[in-house]
Amino acid sequence: MSAVSTMDRSPGGASPESATAGGPVRRFASWLHRHGWVRLGVLLSAPMAWLVVAYLGSLAVLLVSSFWTVNSFTGDLVREPTLENFRTIFAEPVYRNVAIRSVGVAVAVTVIDILIALPMAFFMAKVASPRVRAWLVIAILTPLWASYLVKAYSWRVMLGNGGPVDWLLGGPGRGPGYGLPATILVLAYLWLPFMILPIYAGLDRLPNSMLEASADLGGRAGRTFRSVVLPMIVPAVIAGSIFTFSLSLGDYIAVQIVGGKTQLIGNLVYANIGTANNLPFAAALATIPVLIMVGYLAAVRRSGALDQL
Amino acid sequence: MKPIRLITAVAAVGLLALAGCGNGGTNTPAPGGGLKPPDRQKLAALGAGEGQVNVIAWAGYVENGTNDPKVDWVTGFEKSTGCKVNVKLGATSDEMVTLMKTGDYDTVSASGDASLRLIYGGDVAPVNTDLIPNYKDVFDGLKNKSWNSVDGVAYGVPHGRGANLLMYRTDVVKPAPTSWGAVFDANSPHKGKVTAYDSPIYIADAALYLMKTKPDLNIKNPYALDDTQFQASVDLLKQQNAIIGEYWSDYTKEIQSFKSGDSVLGTTWQVITNLAQADKAPVEAILPSEGATGWSDTWMISDKAKHPNCAYMWMNHIISPDANAAVAEYFGEAPSNKLACAKTADKNHCATFHADDEAYFSQVWYWTTPIEQCLDGRTNVKCKDYSAWTQAWTTIKG
Repeated sequence: MSAVSTMDRSPGGASPESATAGGPVRRFASWLHRHGWVRLGVLLSAPMAWLVVAYLGSLAVLLVSSFWTVNSFTGDLVREPTLENFRTIFAEPVYRNVAIRSVGVAVAVTVIDILIALPMAFFMAKVASPRVRAWLVIAILTPLWASYLVKAYSWRVMLGNGGPVDWLLGGPGRGPGYGLPATILVLAYLWLPFMILPIYAGLDRLPNSMLEASADLGGRAGRTFRSVVLPMIVPAVIAGSIFTFSLSLGDYIAVQIVGGKTQLIGNLVYANIGTANNLPFAAALATIPVLIMVGYLAAVRRSGALDQL
Repeated sequence: MKPIRLITAVAAVGLLALAGCGNGGTNTPAPGGGLKPPDRQKLAALGAGEGQVNVIAWAGYVENGTNDPKVDWVTGFEKSTGCKVNVKLGATSDEMVTLMKTGDYDTVSASGDASLRLIYGGDVAPVNTDLIPNYKDVFDGLKNKSWNSVDGVAYGVPHGRGANLLMYRTDVVKPAPTSWGAVFDANSPHKGKVTAYDSPIYIADAALYLMKTKPDLNIKNPYALDDTQFQASVDLLKQQNAIIGEYWSDYTKEIQSFKSGDSVLGTTWQVITNLAQADKAPVEAILPSEGATGWSDTWMISDKAKHPNCAYMWMNHIISPDANAAVAEYFGEAPSNKLACAKTADKNHCATFHADDEAYFSQVWYWTTPIEQCLDGRTNVKCKDYSAWTQAWTTIKG
């Protein structure tokens, strides 16, 4: 605001004849010049409209429609506010179980991705030669170009009975098969680049001199990692975890392909839109991940990690 | 604090806007005792075609040669009637119901779990079968049934039918199963390799099994379940969940599972068995001793049809011997027209799919939308409606 207000003030004493001399466009321009907040508003109106209408607006619609119901037989919307949907969600243990399972999957995927991404990103940023580094970045980015479905279905083949994963573990039936572990595995694979890239960027910003200073002061690898590297890249890890956590929480396709009979929140939302045609109930279910993410972001903000991003 | 206030303001604005456009819905009759469909008029006489017709169909029902040049029963119709066919594929019965409510479509190939909802929602009109010459050749076993008519008034023309069968791997499942008991056995030797159809309508399969094995439950119709009967079916499915490997709704997924051996036993459609066998999978499908659930599709006409004449011509065309034979063979189901059996490329098609085998289909309970008013005629109890089935299906899968 300060920048705008100084602009607002300084031309206040400008000669009025310059404004009246020009045409209406000129007059309008100088009027805008004197009213900085209007100019700012006009400039920002398009992105603000996008944010408010498309983004927050859709959230508001979601919230409102979750209080409606559907005529169970004809499928018509009944636009009378009721807490029925939320009552069902709280009363039926199945929804609590599915929500807990979904959060568990998201946490597991995030932890696995952090564990794989940390050494990987460290090698890329600090050990590899620039040439190797470029190839590694490409290797991590290329899977992002392949279709999500292609990757998920190829994992279905890999995890199938007698597939490559089975043989690797010693014969048909030895692998995890389809189910919750397979879901976590595939999601961890799918979202890994979203964890590696922020951590790589964070480590890239970490000056080598700090690592050398730590070594000079007698710090071993473990101590250097704990006391120097980790505090510096926590914001990057958290940024990556926001991606992997929210992407896993909302996923319903991978679990349909390799999850066996597992259902997550996304599946319930999809089933209520697709087969049950119960949009209000789907909206009520969809508020669960929204609330979880808001809670997660609030916790992250409290930790102060967001300020360093 | 500022962002929070902004969000609140936006939410409040959205709330007001939505409240303003609320309460615009029409009052539809609540399902319950004395249910009557809204009064809708059927077409009295056929006029000239309107030049086009908007169709909602299952994938594979309306083929104009774009998917496979050899598979085409639409182009000829367009040429002879001047009605251009615009197709919108429906993925589920529920999507079809939603699309029909828009009033932008003239006709729909509705399965039994959609047709009654369309009739009672007032979205479709009765069909004047006198205007459809091919209707007389439809198998009598398909005319004026509970899913395509109300009180003897026909609401559509039958398209074709099929049964949900029990498929198994011949190299793994020995001896060959003869009963649905194989998929409901808690101590199944094939634990983790059993599959089931992923839809609330599958509850009827459990009810059908209980109808034959637990006579004291007194189930007369697997789509008309009171509280006790419904609970027993749901409990059976919860028990089955322990031996299920995965549920299927995408048929390519099921073919792949049976080929790799991830699934060795479970519900299927005839077309899936044929495709799996063509892929050299050692599978076989049977109609178990208890009978089975199945589907029987009906072409219905929208009450708000903008091209009713073309829609009638389409309904007549799709059940004509040639078109009906082509579509039944392409999709893998039994045709509805008696004369179609002589027109199929594979002369055994009607025998394979039991088209004229009324004894076979008398054991098949076609998908029907469960409603509060019991379909088996009981009036002293209320039955569980489809929304209750949907919610229960979620709890079954856990």
